[in-house]
This record gives sequence, C-alpha cells and structure tokens, in this order.
Amino acid sequence: MKKILLLLCVLLLMAPAALAQDMEHEPWTCPEGYEGQTLSIFNWSTYIAEDTVPNFEEACGVTVNYDIYESNEAMLARIRQGNPGYDIVVPSGGTVQRMAEEMLLIPLDMEMIPNVANLIPDLLGAAYDPENEYSLPYQWGTVGVGYRTEVFPDGITSWNQVWEHDGPVAWLDDRQTMLGIAHLFLGNDPNTTDADEINAARDYLLEKGGNVVTVAADDGQVLLERGDVDIAIEYNGDILQISWDCECDDYAYAIPEEGSNVWIDNLSIPVDAPNPELAMVFIDYILDAKVGADLTNYIWYASPNQASIESGFIDEEILNDPAIFPPAEQVATLFAIIDVGAEAEELINNAWDELLIFLGQ
Amino acid sequence: MRQGLINEGAMGRNRVIRRLGSAGLWLNPVFAYFFLWAPILILVLFSFNESRSVASFTGFTLKWYSNILNNVMGAESAFSTEIMLNAFRNSLFVGTVATAISTVLGTMIALAMARGRFRGKRLLDGLLFLPVVIPEITQAISLAIFFKVVFDWVALISGERMFPGFHTIIAAHVTFNISYVAIVARARLADMNPQLEEAANDLGANPWQTFWRVTFPLILPGVISGALLAFTLSLDDFVITFFTAGVGTSTLPVFVYGLLKLTVTPEVNAISTIMMVLSTILIGISLAMQGRNASRA
Repeated sequence: MKKILLLLCVLLLMAPAALAQDMEHEPWTCPEGYEGQTLSIFNWSTYIAEDTVPNFEEACGVTVNYDIYESNEAMLARIRQGNPGYDIVVPSGGTVQRMAEEMLLIPLDMEMIPNVANLIPDLLGAAYDPENEYSLPYQWGTVGVGYRTEVFPDGITSWNQVWEHDGPVAWLDDRQTMLGIAHLFLGNDPNTTDADEINAARDYLLEKGGNVVTVAADDGQVLLERGDVDIAIEYNGDILQISWDCECDDYAYAIPEEGSNVWIDNLSIPVDAPNPELAMVFIDYILDAKVGADLTNYIWYASPNQASIESGFIDEEILNDPAIFPPAEQVATLFAIIDVGAEAEELINNAWDELLIFLGQ
Repeated sequence: MRQGLINEGAMGRNRVIRRLGSAGLWLNPVFAYFFLWAPILILVLFSFNESRSVASFTGFTLKWYSNILNNVMGAESAFSTEIMLNAFRNSLFVGTVATAISTVLGTMIALAMARGRFRGKRLLDGLLFLPVVIPEITQAISLAIFFKVVFDWVALISGERMFPGFHTIIAAHVTFNISYVAIVARARLADMNPQLEEAANDLGANPWQTFWRVTFPLILPGVISGALLAFTLSLDDFVITFFTAGVGTSTLPVFVYGLLKLTVTPEVNAISTIMMVLSTILIGISLAMQGRNASRA
C-alpha cells in the first residue's frame, strides 16, 4: 500500500512535465482482455527499439517472445515448414506477395488496427499487396545513388548524370531494380512481364553502361569508400553507414528525379498464428505516432507513419535527411518490386545475364 | 677420391635434409597454432573493442562484458542484451538436458553392445556411426519432417495442436549425442579387463552389484568424457537446432546467425568468448579424465 502511495506521489509530481511534453498525443492504450497472453514475434535483427517490446508487455500485461532472422528466405523456410508458433513476421514486399500466394499469411482486420490511418498513403496499396489485405508497412527505404561529393559538388539529380559520368561507376546487382529503372525511362511498367519490354530495358542499360566497372552485390558502398568508384547505386542505409563511419561529408546519397526502387518491410501475421488478435493489437501499437517515432529514432530507417513525422517525435536530424526521408513528391515517383512469376523471372534472369556478359562482368 | 667426394656430397645433402626436417617439425605446430587460434584470438580481441563496429580496433574497454554482467545481475535490462542472454541460457539449458538424457541412453547402448547378445547387433553397430557420418543438414531436415508428421498425427488423434520448442530441440540433440557417448563409452568397455567382472561374480556379487561396484566406476571416466563431448556438441550445434527450434527457444548459435544481416556488435564477441572459455574448460576436463585414465590402465 505504501509503495502504491509513493508511486502515486511520484506520478503526480511527474505529471506536469509529462503533460507539457506531449500535449496533443495520448499514449497508446491497450484494449482490455489480453492480460496474461503471449505474443511471439519473428523480426529482422536489430530492427526494433530497446523499449518497444517491454513497453508493449507493460501496456497489455502480456509476455512477448522475440526471435530474429537474417533473411526473408530464412523466415520463409521456418513458416513453410509449418508455423512454429509465430504471431508476427516482417517480410519485405516481394516476400509478402509470395507468402500470400502460398497461403502463408492471414488477412488483417483493419477494425482492430485504427492506427492504420497514421500511415503515409503513398506507401499503402503497393503492387505486392494492392489492398493491404495481408501487410502494413513497418519501415522503408530506397535504392539510389551514392556518390563522392568532391566529384559531384552540385549533387546528382538525374540518372542521366550516372549514365554520362566520365569515371568509374558501380551498379547494384539487383536485376529487377536495375531493369525497373530502365523501364521508367522507356515509359513501361517497372514490373512488366512482357518479353519485348524486358529486352528493350536490357538494351537500354547496355547502351548506358559504358562506365560501369562492376555490378556489385550489395557492397557498392565499400567500393565508394575505397575510392574505386565515383558513383555506386546502392541501398540508402548502406551509403548512410559509410557517411556515419567516417563522420565526414565525402559521400552523399540521392534519389534521381526520374524515380527509383522503394523497399518496404511489412508487418504480417503468418498462417496458424496462435494469437492473431493480439498480433493485430501489436500492429496497431507499432503504428502509433510515438511508438513509430521511437522506432525510427533508434534504427534510423524511414518511418511509414505520417503521424510520427508530423508529431515532431522523430529527431530533426533524421527527419531532415533526404537520404532517409525523401520529400513527398519524390515518394510518388518510387516503384516497389513485386514477384513477377516464374515465366517473367526467367526472362529477367536471361536479360540480366546477357547484360552482365556484355558489360564484361 | 671420387668415391669420397660423392659421399661427402651425400652427407651434406643429408645434413641439409635433417636441418630442414627439424625446422619443419618446429614449424608444423606453429602453423597449427596459428590456424587454430588466430581467428579466435581476433574474436577475443574485438570483444574488448570500444567502437561498435568490428571493422577497426579503436580502444580497450570492458563495457561489453559489464553490459552482459549488469543484465545478468538484473541491474539493468537492455532489450537487445536480454534476448542475447536468453539465447545463452537456452543454449545451456538445452545442452544440460540433452547431455543428461544422451549420456544415460548412450551408456546403456554401449553396455548392450559390449556385453549383450542380441539380434541385429551388427546392424546397430553400423547405425551407431550414422549420425557421425551423415551431413548435418540431412539429419536436420529429416528431424524437421519427422516432428511435423508426428505433430500432424497428434493433432489428428487428440485435436491438440503441438508446437516445436525445447522438447524438439532436445530430442534432436539427443539423437546425435547418443552416438558420441556410446562410441566413447564403448571404447572404455573394450579396454576393460573382463576378468574383473568375473572375479566379482566369483566373490558372490550379483550382476547388479557387479555393474555398480566394478564396471561403472571403471568406465566412469569414459562416460564423463562422452558426456562432456556431447555437451560441447550441443552448445555448438547450429543446423539441427535451426530446423527444430520453436518460438523463443533460439540457442546462441542461432541467435548470432540471425545477426549476420545487420550488425554483430562486440557484445556478441564477448558472449562468444565466455562460451568459448566454457567449452575449453570442459574439453580440458575431458582430456584430463582420459589422460588420468590412460596412465592408470
């Protein structure tokens, strides 16, 4: 009793300060009736803030099991073999589509997730899950160009600067992204399955690839750091990494104005989840403005949460970094990659292999 | 004259070869130590690294160890450290239980093989080596499918849905550990002088007394080193654990593998170092046991 009184006193003393801090935002509250239940989360490693899970456990009075994986394939392997008991998984875009086709995901009940209204509309309805039946965005990022600022003092704004650069360039070994960029120039759907269009994209890239010294498998940032290339087409997180490591302005990241690839990792509920209701509650919790902002402040990926961005909970430094948060008009130019099916995949693979051979890779 | 020259030449060659040979003999262990220990030394070194990155060493610190210690003592609870510690505890738990079960079963099999007469002894002899020789991934997948089939049957019969968890990991670890224990214990039994058991019988001990008073104490060092081997294998195992783990039961190797995509912090190096020291102590005890045993025999 004494303890409770003491706690009350402390809370009362702290209340004015807390009120001043978030005047408009009411802390997320857990719906009743989940006390004592268990939620099992399967997420990428280092992809959650330190207090996200403990706060949820406290708010709902539940226990959370938290396991990590290192690739979509590893997660997929576990779920395919029969869901071992996970309620939440975090697949990337194409994987959402694959899992939905294989009936490995269960539909979300939006009535249980009112915070869905907080999401950036441009990030909803992506091609891999047009109705957001199975997935809601968790964090997102882009593919763009990392470049040496001494070579490009005025920055890069167009893919044409990449194609025409007189110096070494590294491309990203991500066939659908690279062909997708070419499709943008040719006025085609970036996820086209048409053989002629795919070959046209291949020829376009071949014509523009004269300055390519390597097609890097996700290590373009290292080549850039070593000075082997002036431009590397890469994921934004990788380019940011080398900028932080060197604590300098030698490298910058830009999304060319023509558009580029956006990747979105999503919250989904796998089939046979033991506690899908609590999973929906958790998704709603993640989509809360404050919770979403805390996530981004910790892991430095872009938040899909409009309310988090507008509420001012996200650190200015992160919010104002166009490499993390591209401006809205740029977001509209981004395309997501979908699973195109076995037939188109073979066309794309052949086109890409031919391209690599002609580029001398 | 000519003969002498040739001999001198041959002797010179011999001397060179002998020198090279002794230099080579000296170099071999140097290479061995280098290959065995250099990567591990780097792992240990980086557990004292001040920077979060494992790319360059920026300064000496004990903070990663103190982070772990603080979480263990409950003085602090950082979520990321907590899930790593959970994995570490899971590893120890799985290792201990799987070792206990497989040591009992393995010793029983070794006894049956050495003393018993039964049909299919030859076959069992061959099968015992199977988990040692087949690729781990094959065993992992077969176990995963086996558990799935069993769970489906249980669900069909009782309507109760079963999930993988500690029980499946432990069962899987027991399947491969049994062989190692049995092989080591059997080697001990084969070395044992059978006349000792006969003497006990002559002196009026029944088979039960003979086993507990004569046979078991004599093979105990073999059983213990088998158990320690099993424990080490359990702690190290990744592939089989990955395929049989359930929710919240990731062991340390599975947890560390999950980190690959993003960052492996020095905290992981620190806990790996702790685990390695633990394994080294166990192997040391195991070797000491075998050594003591060999000198007594």
